[in-house]
Amino acid sequence: MIKLLIQYGIALGALTFFLACGGNSDNPASSSSKKTKAKSMVAQKIDPMKNLGVGPIKTAIVLESEINTEMADEGKSIYKAKCSACHKKDKKFIGPAPKGILERRHPTWIMNMILDPEKMVKEDPIAKELLMEFNGAPMANQSLTEDEARSILEYFRTL
Amino acid sequence: MKIIIKTISILIILVGTLSMMSCGAPTASSNKGAISGNAAEKVYVAPGEHDSHYAFISGGFSGQLSVYGLPSGRLFRVIPVFSQDPEKGYGYSEETKPMLMTSHGFVPWGDSHHPDISQTNGSIDGRWIFINENNTPRVARISLKTFETEEIIEIPNSAGNHSSSFVTENSEYIVCGTRFAIPFPQRDMPIKDMKGEFKGALTFLNVDQNTGNMDIAFQLRMPGFNYDLAHPGRGKSHGWFFFSTYNTEEANTLLEVNASQNDKDFIAAINWQKIEEYIDRGAGKKMPARYAHNIWDDNKHTATSTMKREVLVIDPSEVPDAIYFLPIAKSPHGCDVDPTGEYIIGSGKLSASMTVHSFTKMLKAIEDKAFDGDAYGMPILKFDAVNYGLLNQPGLGPLHTEFDTRGNGYTTFFISSEVVKWNIENLEVLDRQPVYYSVGHLMIPGGNSRTPDDKYLVAMNKITKDRYLPTGPEVCQSAQLFDISGDKMNLLLDFPTIGEPHYAAGCAAELIKDKTTKIYRLEENEHKYGVKSESESKVVRKGREVHIYMTMIRSHFSPDNIEGVRVGDKVFFHVTNLEQDYDVPHGISMIGANTSELLVMPGRTATFTWEPKEVGIWPFYCTDFCSALHQEMQGYVRVSPRGSNVPISYTLDGDIPGE
Repeated sequence: MIKLLIQYGIALGALTFFLACGGNSDNPASSSSKKTKAKSMVAQKIDPMKNLGVGPIKTAIVLESEINTEMADEGKSIYKAKCSACHKKDKKFIGPAPKGILERRHPTWIMNMILDPEKMVKEDPIAKELLMEFNGAPMANQSLTEDEARSILEYFRTL
Repeated sequence: MKIIIKTISILIILVGTLSMMSCGAPTASSNKGAISGNAAEKVYVAPGEHDSHYAFISGGFSGQLSVYGLPSGRLFRVIPVFSQDPEKGYGYSEETKPMLMTSHGFVPWGDSHHPDISQTNGSIDGRWIFINENNTPRVARISLKTFETEEIIEIPNSAGNHSSSFVTENSEYIVCGTRFAIPFPQRDMPIKDMKGEFKGALTFLNVDQNTGNMDIAFQLRMPGFNYDLAHPGRGKSHGWFFFSTYNTEEANTLLEVNASQNDKDFIAAINWQKIEEYIDRGAGKKMPARYAHNIWDDNKHTATSTMKREVLVIDPSEVPDAIYFLPIAKSPHGCDVDPTGEYIIGSGKLSASMTVHSFTKMLKAIEDKAFDGDAYGMPILKFDAVNYGLLNQPGLGPLHTEFDTRGNGYTTFFISSEVVKWNIENLEVLDRQPVYYSVGHLMIPGGNSRTPDDKYLVAMNKITKDRYLPTGPEVCQSAQLFDISGDKMNLLLDFPTIGEPHYAAGCAAELIKDKTTKIYRLEENEHKYGVKSESESKVVRKGREVHIYMTMIRSHFSPDNIEGVRVGDKVFFHVTNLEQDYDVPHGISMIGANTSELLVMPGRTATFTWEPKEVGIWPFYCTDFCSALHQEMQGYVRVSPRGSNVPISYTLDGDIPGE
């Protein structure tokens, strides 16, 4: 609960920052375009395909060229049970769509985001931005094992 | 930091001293009792650090069990046991209502008294904690993994289940002694004809060592005395149980006077191992009875209540050498056995001395047939033949004794409001400290075991008067923490308690804290109406019933727009928390529902019902602050007139969930 309050505090703080710096517009559409601008400024500094994120996976994951379909099937069912309340495979929902994520993020980053979202939204610049982009809705830690997260990653490759 | 605290403590002492000097009145400073200069340091648990001990303090007439940390005295949780708790939905949700079923129907309240932790080889083991209910006789078992009530069994043929729920040294039995003598079985008869006609049930519950499930092994149909407290033998006296009695006069009115006529009452010594042998040889008979047995299923997240119809009853005449009476100073309350199992201590409330009996002498007296007559056929052992000695004039109104590992007893004195430390072998008072005020029981962690953890003592007081800021006529009761590691007892802390802190059990935090449940695994959720993912959430009409299979996760419900409900329907909200992270419960409440909110732990499913009475659009929302978007976690139900043809529909973000 404390964690949540802290996150709320961070979100509020960030919002205040945006409001203060994002200017004097009353128009919500305009303030959200400021957000996008702020985001792209940070993102420019980092290559998302090289950013491994922070969390339990420290060394870069190298994917086999062939998709392991058995693992992907397993990942699909775990994804449905533990993730689908917030993610739809090809449209933005509570969180982003996983379709095409491997073209946007390093596989290791994805694993770390699944396994330790609290640390990611505190320390990883891209995850921080995503938290703001998605209205401050924190990604739930669903207490998955590394193997389970890896299966989900394999499933994402099939999308 | 320590220096600051020391400085503050010194200042407090200085101010206290000054005020005493200036006013000449001893009130403020004398009320500090045995407080010493560094008491604040000893109870200071820095922010983010953990206490070293758990204290499970009975909520008395609140019917619940509270969980405190020692030495800080901080309240962590109130475990609902015998009373409804709208904060947690306990006793309101469809799943938990069966926990409060009894042979008298649904009873929403209870009077909890004596918690006791399960034991293995004479030491507490942190598996379960048991607690008795006095008014509608029951015993509950609470898991010390989930800190939830998992089982409640009603005790038939009993009234005022007071001398309960004490545990034997391998958790073989939990005992229940009736405070009231009553007809056994119940029947219509004149009250004044009580004597000899009423009986007192002593009930032994056995415990399944894997599941913890309790069952009534047997009931002893004892004479119609009043059974007050009990403790098991341990070590050498393992296999025996000792129950204190009062009102051996068998008075049925003005007990205040009429139950205090005899100079001595009894401790009933029951050899349960011998009774087991008799039962194996066919003793006892099954008698009709009605009692509820309520069991919580942690996979189905649902309790079931079963009405049982029979109980094995043993008449004392069937077990001739298994029950003896030990005379004890008048109107005893406590009946306590020291860690070695040798000394049985009776606290005669109305006596000038405390009685210490010897188990070794008791066995010898039985062998020698050193009897002083009998009571209803059961031998009364000669006082001198069983008595080790008397602790003379220790205080007024001795109530309860617990022990350290150094041969000392610690006894509460209700009338003189003090705790007295004394050496058992020497029968010598070593220290006495005032308590504020009218202390009942005390607790040393592991106190009912061979291995007390003898650093702390908690005295539980019935009256606080001027100890706290006043809150109108009703003020809190309290606990007082002493450090007993030295020669003298040091008062460290006062802290308020819930209800009446009747009795407590405690243990080192290590015994429990790393084994506690963090979440319920979704894949293990076998709730009949649970769903494993948002795509399974749905709404189903069954005649006049509407079942909503709803999910919640930060921070939305699925579905969150529901139509097709009609006035006169009974709507079941079956709500599953899809979170799998520690400390992320969600709550739900519905406007106009005649019940409490639900508070649903991660992976759990719970149900409440709502019977809409008016057409309109009615909202529901999450009650437990769950995320930055908690305020947005809400939804609507459309209620149409009875007979309307609006079909059932349900959506999330405009789609059927999962599509």
